[in-house]
Amino acid sequence: MLWPQAAAPESAAMAQALALTTGLLLLTAVLQLWRRSLSGSTSLLAIQGAALAGLVITVAIAEGAPELFAVALLVLALKAAIIPMLLHRTALKTGGTLETSHRVHPTAGLLWAALLTTVAFLAARPLVSASPGPLTKVAPVGLALVLLGFLVLLTRHQAVSQLVGFVILDNGIATVAFLTSGGVPLIVEIGVMIDVLFVVVILRVLASQMRSVFGATDLDDLTELRD
Amino acid sequence: MSASPAVAPDLTSTAWGLLAVVLQCCVLAAVSPILIGVMRQVRYRMEGRIGPGIWQPTRDLLKLARKEPLVAPGVRLQGVMPIAMTGTSLLLVALLPLMSTVTIPLVPDDLFVVVGVLLLGTVAIALLGLDSGTAFGGMGSSRHMTIAALVEPTVLVAVYALSIPVGSSALSAIVDARIAEPVSVVSPVSLLALVALIIVVVAETGRLPVDNPSTHLELTMVHEAMILEASGRDLGWVEFSSWLRLAGLLGLVANLALPWGVAQSMSIGGLAVAIVAIVVKVMLAGAGVAAVEVFLAKVRLFKVPELLAASFVMAFLAVTASYLVV
Repeated sequence: MLWPQAAAPESAAMAQALALTTGLLLLTAVLQLWRRSLSGSTSLLAIQGAALAGLVITVAIAEGAPELFAVALLVLALKAAIIPMLLHRTALKTGGTLETSHRVHPTAGLLWAALLTTVAFLAARPLVSASPGPLTKVAPVGLALVLLGFLVLLTRHQAVSQLVGFVILDNGIATVAFLTSGGVPLIVEIGVMIDVLFVVVILRVLASQMRSVFGATDLDDLTELRD
Repeated sequence: MSASPAVAPDLTSTAWGLLAVVLQCCVLAAVSPILIGVMRQVRYRMEGRIGPGIWQPTRDLLKLARKEPLVAPGVRLQGVMPIAMTGTSLLLVALLPLMSTVTIPLVPDDLFVVVGVLLLGTVAIALLGLDSGTAFGGMGSSRHMTIAALVEPTVLVAVYALSIPVGSSALSAIVDARIAEPVSVVSPVSLLALVALIIVVVAETGRLPVDNPSTHLELTMVHEAMILEASGRDLGWVEFSSWLRLAGLLGLVANLALPWGVAQSMSIGGLAVAIVAIVVKVMLAGAGVAAVEVFLAKVRLFKVPELLAASFVMAFLAVTASYLVV
């Protein structure tokens, strides 16, 4: 199947919207591996949150589920504004504005990202073929986001970068949930988001603690237990 | 693959196709020194300098054409390679669908042929640099080949992403499909692939974030290092061929981004419109590149692979996304 068939005209607009939002999700996750500055990293995270909100709106229109609009608003407020802003302020407060990790070179990181995306698409094949449809077709993007989030978590030193990786991971899980099952019930969704917010706030406090103890937020300094 | 059903493969259409190809080469050859003049002039004016005017590169070229080249003893390729480079640049311009999307079997505008011709020109200039036997020549050639090795896969993958919705790897078919369906230009696949393509065109033609065309700083120069030993007529050919290559590639990107004005069938009026359209598009693209270059500094040589890896990943994501939209 070298040249796939053209899209049906009636679903073309929705397919374009899906491709735009999921493409943006994937692109912002991949570019995270390229950017060294933490403020650039947090603004990419804000764009990713906005793309996730756009994806939820597209799913809401496609599935005809009005309560998803409320979820979209929640996603927009939390993931495109509050969490990136908190992270940005943490980055400013703790002084580290550059990710200086040399564990993985940005070039190698980008190529890893391409590889992980391919793996995600291959691994999600059974999922896509189980219920073929325009929504499940883009679900592998969520899986790719999860893998890229793990990559960021593994390769970055700074506390803020770790948080960014964690939020990417959560965005990936949310993407898979919205695309495969039209989202979880609203109350569960609110619970999960509040949970993520709490994690970010707690880790932010932890980062300030680290800053006051070690003078930096490099996680490699955490080699022994202290009380 | 015939791009337009109106054209039957008979003698008249072959003659028309040949006329279009020859016209395309002539127009681009005439425009490319002026393009460089416009780009330099835009840069000078934005930097607050007066500049020598847009005709200076043309005057330089005419001056060089009258001068006898000085060749060091033992150097064999210096007379051959500049001509070979000009030949590949002319071939590249002939293959690209810059003015018309009507193809003739003599001139296959397939993506893979185009990338092959690009690489041929790269090898020619690298051999020229190596043949001079100086330290700078070899250094420039090695850098140029490194960049070329990173650029070619991205070109292939980016144009492949553009060709998936069309179902053909012929560039004229891609441009045809974009004229027929202008919405496809702003689709995510197309935008990603275009951004990737712009980065690799900048790298391939030695423009600013990758190579600074206006310095001879030994630590950073790539293109200038290879042509240091060329002089007189030979230098003229080398410069002309790289300008022509820049004009052709800018024209390709401009036609992929704004496909209007390209002749889809053969007529005198259509070709006249196409000539005006391609000249305007190439000039605008060149002025745009020059204006952006004012705000850029050259990146360190070891960071160039990072930039090119980013463009490769963008092209790769474009391919994945083009399988999503089906």
